[in-house]
This record gives sequence, C-alpha cells and structure tokens, in this order.
Amino acid sequence: MLLIPCPWCGDRDETEFHYGGQAGVPYPERPADLSDEDWGRYLFVRDNPKGRFEERWSHSAGCRRWFSIVRDTVSNEIVR
Amino acid sequence: MSEHPDRLWRNPEPRSGYDVVIVGGGGHGLATAYYLAANHGIRNVAVLEKGWLAGGNMARNTTIIRSNYLWDESAAIYEHALKLWEGLSAELDYDILFSQRGVLNLAHTLQDVREGTRRVNANRLNGVDAEWLDPDEVQKFCPVVNTSPDVRYPVLGATLQPRAGIAKHDHVAWAFARKADELGVDLIQGCEVTGFLKQGNKVVGVETNLGPIRAGRVGMAAAGHSSVLASLADVRLPVQSHPLQALVSELLEPVHPCVVMSNHVHVYVSQAHKGELVMGAGIDPYNSYAQRGSVHVIEQQMAAALELFPIFARAHVLRTWGGIVDVTPDASPIIGPTPVDELFVNCGWGTGGFKATPASGWTYAHTLATGKAHPLNEPFALERFTTGALIDEHGAAAVAH
Repeated sequence: MLLIPCPWCGDRDETEFHYGGQAGVPYPERPADLSDEDWGRYLFVRDNPKGRFEERWSHSAGCRRWFSIVRDTVSNEIVR
Repeated sequence: MSEHPDRLWRNPEPRSGYDVVIVGGGGHGLATAYYLAANHGIRNVAVLEKGWLAGGNMARNTTIIRSNYLWDESAAIYEHALKLWEGLSAELDYDILFSQRGVLNLAHTLQDVREGTRRVNANRLNGVDAEWLDPDEVQKFCPVVNTSPDVRYPVLGATLQPRAGIAKHDHVAWAFARKADELGVDLIQGCEVTGFLKQGNKVVGVETNLGPIRAGRVGMAAAGHSSVLASLADVRLPVQSHPLQALVSELLEPVHPCVVMSNHVHVYVSQAHKGELVMGAGIDPYNSYAQRGSVHVIEQQMAAALELFPIFARAHVLRTWGGIVDVTPDASPIIGPTPVDELFVNCGWGTGGFKATPASGWTYAHTLATGKAHPLNEPFALERFTTGALIDEHGAAAVAH
C-alpha cells in the first residue's frame, strides 16, 4: 500500500485517497476552436511514463483536498 | 504420455532484416507470428522479446476465456477467438487444456439483473451462446456459490456462457511459439527494442541491444509497455498502464466446477487444472510499471470471494503477483495503423487480453500482411478516439475482463 503525503493531513494510507491521473492538464481555453484530433487528444490521451510522473490525488476519505505529487511509476517512490 | 521434446523452438541470432518484425513475444505477438506464416505465407518474420517468451502478462493472467461482450464489434472479435480456441489444440498439435466449463457472471442488484439480461439478449442476437439463470439454477450449476437470500449482496441471477472456460496459458504460448518456429519465424529472446529506424515518416526497422534490424513492417505487441515503446517513434497512445493482481490458493481437490465472476462484490474465481483456486479482481487505481500492487486490493478480493464461497474460508493464499495492463478509455483494444507509416499497434487489451489471443493474432496478422484492417479489427483502430466511435465495454469487461 502506498503511503501518500497529503499536504494538509500528512502521510496517510492509500485507501483514504482517490487517484486523479496526470497533473497539469488544463481545460482548453477555446474548446470550440479545437480540431477533432486535438479534442480527442485532450479527452483521451495522457502521458504514461515509466519513471517520474506528476499526478493528482484527492484525500477523499480525509480532508478532501486535491493535490499533486511526483511518483516514480517503477519504484513507487514519492519524490515530492 | 509421449516424451516431451527437449526444445520447442530454436534460439536464432537475429538476421539483418525481415519482412515483418513483431515487437513483443507474449501471447499476442506469438499468435500473430504464427498466423502470418500459416494464413499468409509470410515466414520471413522475427518476434523480438526483451525478456523471455510469454513472461509478461501471458504468464500472469487468470486464463478465463469467454465471448459474452455487449457490443457487436466486441462480440464479433471475441467470438472469433472462442471459435479458434475450440480448434486450437488440434491446429497447433499441442494440448492447451481448453476446458469449456462455463462462465457465470453474477447479478446482485436490480441494475445487474437488467444489465445481465440485456447482455444475454445482445449475445444471442450475435450468435454467442448465453443464458439467464435464476438463483436456483445458479445453485445447481455451481453448488459452492452461496445463493442464500440472507446475505449482504444476495445472488439475484447470473448470465451463463456454457462454451466459455479456461485454458493452460503456458501451453498456449508454447504451442504458438513451436508452430511459428517450425514455419520459419525467428523467435529472438533477450532482444530489446531501443529505437526505430525511420526514413521520413516511414519505419524501416528497429534499433535493438543486439544491433539494428531492418523491417518492411513493424508490429508492436508490447501490452503494458506499449506507451514506452510507441514513444520511441513519437507516437502517443490513449492507454494508461496499471498493476493488475491475481492470487492462487494451495492445491485443493476439485470443488469448483466453473468460472464465477461478480462485478458487484468484485472478484472472479476458477479452479485450475492442478487444483489451485485462481482469483483476480480489478486493477490498482494508479499508473505503474512495477508488476506489483497494493495488498489491500488482495484483501478486498479475498473478502469478496468469501462472501460468495463460504466453503473457501479455510483455504490459504499460496502466491500473489501482478502484471502491467494497458487500459484504454473505453475498455476495448487498439489494433491498426499508427500515424507513422509501416508501424502498427496492437495494445489496450487491458485486463482481458488472454481470451482474445487467437483472434488478436489472426486479425493483426491480416493487418501486417496486407497493410489493411481486417473486418474484425477495423472498428478497433486508433482513429476511434478522434471520431468518437468508442466501443464502451466497461460493463461486459466485468470486474476485469
């Protein structure tokens, strides 16, 4: 089980959290102007690196805060 | 029993080039190589495997085979696979221990019942065998399932696909590998692709730790590592890699006659030929390439198994493990061309690739031989994530496929 550092509550068990996938994916500024290819990429394509990955978690069974961490997807080490 | 041969395939050095290079020596890569040679007469083929043959998800899955998917596109390709499974031991001249013992998908809520009966009707319209069982019929078909109404999530019924079942995964891989090798395919282990050789937007080969290998066409079949491999050609895929865990008990006398899956209490259970109970459930939620997951996922699937099978309370966990599965947004696979010429992709089978192995290989071989889609894999092309023609199988994919 991962031990995840909630910035508000500190280290807590993974079972208290929900996963949110890749961090830093903004909603398109002008969605109506996007091509079908770009809209498809926004909806369906995310990074999937082997190694460091900046990702979103929500402390859903705790303070309910959303936050980002950087985790290594091979070692599960949480880098920051 | 006849003597087992010392070797099932050669271990050749790679040649300087091939008509087709398949990257990934798992079940799908090996089946693709076999059908390229057997169906299309294309024998100048190499399968490059960075580890050993069938040592990834092919060695880690729970061997369930069924075709009771909801949508026409899925039913067609998975039913094609099931028909191939039914003749595979004979075709490959190797006993893959295919056992059509039937798969139950249990319903525990009214919505489960609606979804299940809808799927039975959809399956029948597609020529896929399917029945709806009430709780008494479930009890008769699988006496070890607890069908008491007096439990937290009582069994309200189940779909049954009688032709579904299990096979011996290692035998399947060995059988495809041996026949492909016999037909002239080079199976090259310990050969990791580190880059693609390109001329303009066209792939003309691969860079490997054993040197460059030219290729007329390259077919990727790298499962959980598909994103990593495709990124070497600057192709981004709509897949995310997750751990999927499974476990087995010690060997027990035959007690569980079929395969039972439950979306709602979240577990699937069968009994392997040797006697161990084989259980799995859903993926761990986070992205990972670690081939292991979190222990609470195992605890939850065992709790679910005990809810359904009180008789298993004294069984022990012998072994748990994890694989890396490549999950798509619509729980359906991706087979077809990429934006790079002569580079093709077969991935995104997620939690359910084993059952599709023969049809995946059959259709991917067609695509690699002709450069065109096979009618069965055409709907599964990458472009559906632009057109929006998704094939949403989250329901029929079950707790995991």
